Amino acid sequence: MTSEPTARNNGKPKVAFFDFACCEGCQLTVVDALQTHLDLLDAVEIVQFREAISDRGEDYQIAFIEGSCTRKSDEARLEKIRAQAAIVVALGACAHIAGVNALKNLHPLQDVRRWVYGDQAEWYETYEARPISAVIEVDAIIPGCPIDREEFIRVVKALLLGKKPPIPDYPVCVECKLKENVCLFHVGKFCMGPVTRAGCGAICPTYNDGCEGCRGLIPNPNENAMKDVLSDAGLTVEEIMSRFTMFNTYRVSK
Amino acid sequence: MTNVNINVHYVTRVEGHGDVVVDVKNGQIKECRFEVVEAPRFFEAFVRGRPYYELSHITSRICGICSVGHSTTSLRATEKALGVEPSEQTVLLRKLLFHGEIIDSHVLHTYYLVAPDFFGVNSVIPLAKTHTDVVLRALKIKKLAGDLCALVAGRHTHPIAMTVGGFTYLPNEAGLREMKARLEEARADMDATVELFASLSWPQFERETEYISLKKDEEYAFIDGVITSSDGFTYPIEDYRKVTNEWCVPFSTAKWARHNRESYMVGALARFNNNYDQLHPRAKEAAARLGMKPLVTNPFLNTAAQVVEMVHSLEDSIEIIDQLLTRGIQQEKPPVVKLNGGGEGVGACDVPRGTLFHHYVYDERGICTEANCIIPTNQNMANLNADMQAFLPLILDRPQEEIRLLLEMLVRAYDPCISCSTHFLRVQFV
Repeated sequence: MTSEPTARNNGKPKVAFFDFACCEGCQLTVVDALQTHLDLLDAVEIVQFREAISDRGEDYQIAFIEGSCTRKSDEARLEKIRAQAAIVVALGACAHIAGVNALKNLHPLQDVRRWVYGDQAEWYETYEARPISAVIEVDAIIPGCPIDREEFIRVVKALLLGKKPPIPDYPVCVECKLKENVCLFHVGKFCMGPVTRAGCGAICPTYNDGCEGCRGLIPNPNENAMKDVLSDAGLTVEEIMSRFTMFNTYRVSK
Repeated sequence: MTNVNINVHYVTRVEGHGDVVVDVKNGQIKECRFEVVEAPRFFEAFVRGRPYYELSHITSRICGICSVGHSTTSLRATEKALGVEPSEQTVLLRKLLFHGEIIDSHVLHTYYLVAPDFFGVNSVIPLAKTHTDVVLRALKIKKLAGDLCALVAGRHTHPIAMTVGGFTYLPNEAGLREMKARLEEARADMDATVELFASLSWPQFERETEYISLKKDEEYAFIDGVITSSDGFTYPIEDYRKVTNEWCVPFSTAKWARHNRESYMVGALARFNNNYDQLHPRAKEAAARLGMKPLVTNPFLNTAAQVVEMVHSLEDSIEIIDQLLTRGIQQEKPPVVKLNGGGEGVGACDVPRGTLFHHYVYDERGICTEANCIIPTNQNMANLNADMQAFLPLILDRPQEEIRLLLEMLVRAYDPCISCSTHFLRVQFV
């Protein structure tokens, strides 16, 4: 299916959505954002969004990419998107920091392939999971697993106004304090909030579950102090590493 | 003689990447298949080495649409492995949350992904202008389902508060009362949904197959139970491998499955066929309005069976909230897990797209050493391909574009979830 000619777009920015290795939960969150922001459809023209529409327009200015790059053959598709789009946005943890996909990087690749596909492992191509910024230049990020609906709207507004998207570089603890949450370390739990980028409204600690670091680490995190805090909370070295690697394997193995 | 050459690279309006490939020369079908080209993600390999409390949070990331289903199945596997018994309140809250996901996923598939084909448009977006009431109703039901999940677990995609043995957070009674009122008000939207889908003319195609789902004596089964087959087999869920028999095919990163016949079907239609008697009376009324009574053998009616299930889940949600309010929310904390040397467990749930199995082994430190996840979409792959091969000869006299559309509609009827399955979708006419 090809897109309509440009005549019908009334000068609205053309937007496309793409996905690589991911669960499509972030694109689903975008669809859900329409429940409260249906007027978004008046501000942009969506020319490609495979999960939700059949149009396949190749003429777009803003590309939202969900998912990690996990095979060499996907690099050409990423480069093609980069060549077309004026602005490339990494949508969610898989695209931004490789997310849980990078957990496979902790194992020898051949072992991982044989475990799932057995003797047929050679039929299926794969390499170490990486964020899309490892393959192409990225202009903006929307962190999180999944992305936060309101933050998505804020970023889109900023992009349409030609501004830099407002992504916090302070830790989740700040948002917890603002919400007057009881610190989970005080109730015998553990949390990656002190070193994790805020912007989610501290949603996991608000539901009494420790932050797992899905938005990536803040700039210049004190990782050693974080390890001490987790150790004091009773975690074994192995468990401390698992807290750092759940979403941030790609970074910590660099 | 007829020549048809179709190669739909990436079927749209499905979750994930799959292709339809059709090659007909002189009326002879050379190729007719559905290929899965989604990048494999290797969850079963990389959950090894992770502590037991991470498993449901990692495996929920297999799928953004059925993450409550993956979380619930994962938690049941872990709980069975480590001997944890969830409380009555936890069981009720999990059922309520699960209904939220059934409604959320089914409204997405029926309205957003399938309905545009019947209105002759490419997506739900043009319908916002031409059929505003339909789109607003879909958005309203979707929001209700998402809010129901958020009330119980913080959010729908990747639920937060679900943990081994219980919940880290509990909804308050005022929130439950308000949700009950909204669910009751949504009955009118469900009636309108049933009327809308009853007015569609479904493609005519019948092919009986083996229908597999979970079954429970006491209720329409979504969580736990036994495995049942319309061919008369019953297995405890621990024997899931006797049913799924997965194998690899070279053109698909999703594995295939077969049981008593060449293929079987899971999902809403299979559940409807196997467990019709346990549907809520209002859901049975909806089925009657949609012209359905078991045994339904038209796979396109999987979508209609989802409409029936939405009615069931709405009604059962109201009843569960009544039970919770009568009991009163108890401020229970999840039980302390005793590792007891580790163990092995299988969890099974009938998630929106069919029966899902998670199987884990834990060592004495509670670290996962082995994992296997069997996904509904994989179990449906062989059956979908068998349906395509049986359907294509019946429509070969139609124009190529119409053949392409009908085959894509058949793929969509299965509501394939390809991210899950590769852990699957392209249409190529070569």
